[in-house]
Amino acid sequence: MDKFTKFTGTACPINQPNLNTDQILPARYLKWTRAMGIGKVLFQDLRFDADGNEKPDFPINKPAWRNAKVVVGARNFGCGSSREAAVYALYDYGVRCVIAPSFGDIFSGNAVQNGLVTAIVADDEAAEIMETLSRTPELPVTVDLEPQTIVCGNKTYSFTIDPVRRMRLLNGWDDIALTESFRDRIASFKTGDRSLRPWAVPNTNT
Amino acid sequence: MSEPQTLVDKLWAAHEIVRREDGESLLWVDRHYVHEGSFHAFGKLAERGVPVAEPGLTFGVADHYVPTRGSRTNIANPELARMVRQVEENTAKHNVKLFGLGDPRQGIVHVVGPEQGLTLPGLLIVCGDSHTSTHGALGAYAFGIGASEVAHVLMTQTIWQKKPKLMRVTVDGVAAPGISGKDIVLAIIARIGADGATGGALEFAGSAIRALSIEGRLTLCNMSIEAGARCGLVAPDETTFAYLEGRPYAPKGADFDKAVEEWSAMKSDDGARFDKDVTLDAKAIAPIVTWGTSPEDALPIDASVPDPARETDETRAKYLRGALEYMGIAPGKKLTDIAVDRVFIGSCTNSRIEDLRAAAAVLSGRTSKVPGLVSAGSTLIKQQAEQEGLDRIFRDAGLEWGESGCSMCVGINGDLVAPGERCASTTNRNFRGRQGPGARTHLMSPAMVAAAAVAGHLADVRPMLAGRKV
Repeated sequence: MDKFTKFTGTACPINQPNLNTDQILPARYLKWTRAMGIGKVLFQDLRFDADGNEKPDFPINKPAWRNAKVVVGARNFGCGSSREAAVYALYDYGVRCVIAPSFGDIFSGNAVQNGLVTAIVADDEAAEIMETLSRTPELPVTVDLEPQTIVCGNKTYSFTIDPVRRMRLLNGWDDIALTESFRDRIASFKTGDRSLRPWAVPNTNT
Repeated sequence: MSEPQTLVDKLWAAHEIVRREDGESLLWVDRHYVHEGSFHAFGKLAERGVPVAEPGLTFGVADHYVPTRGSRTNIANPELARMVRQVEENTAKHNVKLFGLGDPRQGIVHVVGPEQGLTLPGLLIVCGDSHTSTHGALGAYAFGIGASEVAHVLMTQTIWQKKPKLMRVTVDGVAAPGISGKDIVLAIIARIGADGATGGALEFAGSAIRALSIEGRLTLCNMSIEAGARCGLVAPDETTFAYLEGRPYAPKGADFDKAVEEWSAMKSDDGARFDKDVTLDAKAIAPIVTWGTSPEDALPIDASVPDPARETDETRAKYLRGALEYMGIAPGKKLTDIAVDRVFIGSCTNSRIEDLRAAAAVLSGRTSKVPGLVSAGSTLIKQQAEQEGLDRIFRDAGLEWGESGCSMCVGINGDLVAPGERCASTTNRNFRGRQGPGARTHLMSPAMVAAAAVAGHLADVRPMLAGRKV
């Protein structure tokens, strides 16, 4: 996984609470492998009408935000389905950070696995950043994971992120390699557990 | 005396292999359920050329992409056929038991797990599906994960987790006839919001929860995720043990008795500390329906939809305008004046035998004014319903009686609500486009969907139950 430290790019405000993963990536694309170009269908039904025409009012369709590296959202961004492909879609589109007052739990877990930063700011700060971007769409935003800051114009905001997730993003950790280092502990846990909780093993004498 | 512990504390301690200084714990996974959508994770195993660590603790189902009509052994749609074949191949390759098409035990993963006795109290259960919270109804610690974590569990049978904040929702009192687990959980979500329990563990307690059947509790825990919770739990009790006894994969005989003894201790101790406590009065809960595009947009059936013009908060007003516009509902309209085009009874939320009985009790001897589909949660439930004659009631009312699968909840098997159509649905998400692009979804209980079918519009089921056995 790519390490994330600091990033600057245009930022697209999408002021919709509960923007769930069905909106980020509609279910009909879940059959797709990532190699099929899942970034192309990011926000598909918000970006395009039923005839496939772009909806000019949807923020990421506006010229200034078409290549956004940051998305600024409202509360509960990424709630709903556990589809990790929603994160693939954002990342493959080019988004490296989502800023919002709160995130769906599974979404932010999936994000960290794929190098996407979920930066939590207060409700009024998210609103203020979106307001600033609406006035000055081209304004680049800098997200710095080390000091946990967002620089937007002449203002600097602090953001929060789970400290473990932050370390994972900064180091680009591979969870599986880390877990493998505990192989012996896992094996001895399993042995002990089988005698402590024999009922926990499925009864296959059916 | 030791500190009083919550149910989650106890389950956590039983699964913790390692705790790192940063607070993350490596937890043992007792059951891992996979489905067609788990192909990304199997792909990651193939990339590394590694096997499934514990195939005996991993179980597969075909549910998300399976057709509910037409041949299921020779699926006409090549894309659906490919998705089903993929899970068949991946599970076969790794010696994982699959409840596939053609197996009478096939069904929706969150219905099959409890039904087969695979889901038990005290287990830690994961699945690459957000509604894995369902299994908490039996006192399991169960949560949905993404593809990377699915791959991690397949490879190691463990998962890294940080202990969640604990929230307790206590519902006391006696609910009125016709009020189900669905009404209770929608009332809870309306109260705390779609992010009211974000990342937390939600323990349901109180006399109204105790009074619920396992089916009702499964519905309740299923929708914990719709309040943002990682998992929902109900402490196991006599109802749980009675449900589990004799289920195929559950312990048998003396082993079962011994297990019950241990399961009986799995409850929050008196005085255990929760980060947040919420209480509801069951008596005050009316049948609930959603009107908007988030499960938190839920109101009692006798209410009217909000009017953005009367909202002082501009952000909220904007949200209301957007939701009402998408739903095609005039501001302030009475819920019971909203006509529906279609109904759906099914999904991991409400497709169990009790759900089908509740809907049939309303539809018996009546006709649906709109078309609709009924899809049982498993093939075994479908068979049971047929033995009870419920299929006849649905068919006689004019509804379609389909095969089992996720079906019209998420629409990826082709069971879609047409653009602009309005569906009264027993499912869990009324998100924009959830049941198909442009589809409009109203969530409610099976009995309330049946009432909407009979009336042709959203309707209070209570008068329709007069003189009927429910």
